Amino acid sequence: MRRRILTLAAALALLVTGCTAGNDAPGDGVVRLRFQSLAWQKESVDVNRQLVKEWNATHPDVRIEYVQGSWDSVHDQLLTSFEGGEAPDIIHDASDDLADFAYGGDLADLRPLLPERLRADIPARSWETTTFGEGIYGVPFLQEPRVIIANRKILESSGVRLPTPEEPWTWTEFRQITQDLTRTMGSGRYAVAWPLKEPVSVSLNLGLSAGGQLFHREADGRVTVRFTEADAVVAGTIHDQVVTDRTAPRTTLGSGGSDTLPGFFAGRYAMVPLGFAYRQQIAQQAPKGFEWMVLPAPAGDAGLTQGVSPQTLSIAEDSPHKKEAAAFLDFFLRPENMVRLARGDWMLPTGTTALADPSLHTARDGWATGAAVAERLRPAPAQSVRGYPEWKDKVATPAFQEYYSGAIDGAELRRRLVADGNRVLARYQRK
Amino acid sequence: MSALRTSRPARCAQYAALLAYLVFLAFPFLWLVSTAFKPAPELASLHPTWIPENPTLANFRQAFDEQPLLRAAGNSLVAAVAAAVIAVAVATPLAYVTARHRGRLASAATGWVVISQAFPFVLVIIPLFLILKNLHLVNSVFGLVLVYVVWSLPFALWMLMGYVRAVPAELEEAAAVDGAGRLRTLVSVTAPLLVPGIVATALFAFVTAWNEFFFALVLLKTPEKQTLPVVLTHFLGAEGVADLGPLAAAAFLATLPSLVVFGFLQRRITGGMLAGAVKS
Repeated sequence: MRRRILTLAAALALLVTGCTAGNDAPGDGVVRLRFQSLAWQKESVDVNRQLVKEWNATHPDVRIEYVQGSWDSVHDQLLTSFEGGEAPDIIHDASDDLADFAYGGDLADLRPLLPERLRADIPARSWETTTFGEGIYGVPFLQEPRVIIANRKILESSGVRLPTPEEPWTWTEFRQITQDLTRTMGSGRYAVAWPLKEPVSVSLNLGLSAGGQLFHREADGRVTVRFTEADAVVAGTIHDQVVTDRTAPRTTLGSGGSDTLPGFFAGRYAMVPLGFAYRQQIAQQAPKGFEWMVLPAPAGDAGLTQGVSPQTLSIAEDSPHKKEAAAFLDFFLRPENMVRLARGDWMLPTGTTALADPSLHTARDGWATGAAVAERLRPAPAQSVRGYPEWKDKVATPAFQEYYSGAIDGAELRRRLVADGNRVLARYQRK
Repeated sequence: MSALRTSRPARCAQYAALLAYLVFLAFPFLWLVSTAFKPAPELASLHPTWIPENPTLANFRQAFDEQPLLRAAGNSLVAAVAAAVIAVAVATPLAYVTARHRGRLASAATGWVVISQAFPFVLVIIPLFLILKNLHLVNSVFGLVLVYVVWSLPFALWMLMGYVRAVPAELEEAAAVDGAGRLRTLVSVTAPLLVPGIVATALFAFVTAWNEFFFALVLLKTPEKQTLPVVLTHFLGAEGVADLGPLAAAAFLATLPSLVVFGFLQRRITGGMLAGAVKS
């Protein structure tokens, strides 16, 4: 018995210590950088890995180690890693997650590091999404507009006018069309299903199309919430479709985009407003013979404008090799590589040269529709406002959820977003 | 004896409640198994079926193709087994002393065990990370094992104290009267009676470490050292989007070791508990 225990202990010790060897760089003069990517779908991971392989093949003195992270836990993981001084050198994230890290001094200001080519290739409106205070803390490289994925057969047979980026539906027209469609589809079927698990980002980002801003910077630099008529257009349309017209089901209000797809494929919903990248799931999962099309989101007084939070690449402030990391970003985000990354993720590149690539303008899988609205994409409202996460979680999310389900009216929504919201923001803006 | 008898309706109600509870427990697992064997179109069906209409192993193939599941499972196994063995080795003598020798120190230790259970891990993760960094144990499976041991130790101690108290002190006194020394009494009398408790505690520590996600995510930096729960998240995208088929297939495989270990040890737990219960 004793011998068995000793053997087990020895085996465990060997296993544990065998797996313990650190990863300290050997003194061979080679710079080693950790690149944490959040790419997760096979096509996207393959492109990321291939680009790292190509870099390593041509840069023997700067080795990139590819580490796969997860969107689900990236914020907490980075927070801990920054505190412990063990963050990856190159960090993949989204612009709406950067504010805390940028203001906290965890990310490097990229202005002195990035080449002019890259600075000039990405439009100013995209750089705005990663600009916090004076500095730029990430390179925005992929973005996705919200589009309407539609059942081609239902729409074409109904005879409604199909919108194009040049002649999109207005929000009023969209509401009318959903009423007409629902009437022709029969009972238990709806013209549109709104998956509103994240009601705030959908409402705010699409709200820009009607000129809604919600967050206003005052002369003294403080940000306050104001709910104007323009802010009420998109939210009011969704509310009316669900509560008044019954052209959208109440049941999908708490769902994520993927949850609505079975109903969409079964013809229960004719249209589903989704992020552009959902096309990949639809292409993979749609039953044989199912025909779908990509339509632009409805337009308001500001046309097809909508807010986005692009995916970003940043460099850790603690990285001892920022210059080398920036050189890798320059390689990784060359126009031809940005196209590969965009196609792998089924998203749009921010770079103007990459966006002009013919492969992103084909009608197949709706690429052309997305590319056509790319120039109307703007920074998501409030992503750099301090206190926004708390406002979103504690005030706006429950308020929008209750409004869309009909539990409260527009006046109460306005009161909560403005009065309750400004109290939250004020705490973050005390001087 | 008549007090033990229950009426037929009451017994039916008991069985119905038990069945409902079993269904409640089994539902997520059965759904996981069903999803793991479904092809993509069936996953997006409006009327999902329990039994896949066209069962496939494609999800398993894809899961293994895309992620290093075997390597991650190996890492998890090493961490979980080591954590379970060390936790039990440390907790058993401690539990014995705390349960048998009641005094202020034992009360204070017990109180501390209860209090330590109240700390959420988000509170301790950054200080813990810094401590491990100073000890050069970040990105080390040994560092992770240490964390798991510390994390499971209070509850393991609590469990074992209960088992020790359940062993009558009179048995040890009888052994002493028969001339056995303290060590002999512990080894020959107390330890065999504690086996079910030790096995149950080891099982708890194993399952806790096997399923643990956040410490492993934060402490292990290189892909070669990542554990299974961390690798499983690689099938998840932003905003709750998931590669459902391969995720279910990988998650199904990840639950198997826990089931096997539990199935294997369960007999020992009940066997040990019942040993000597009936005079033959």
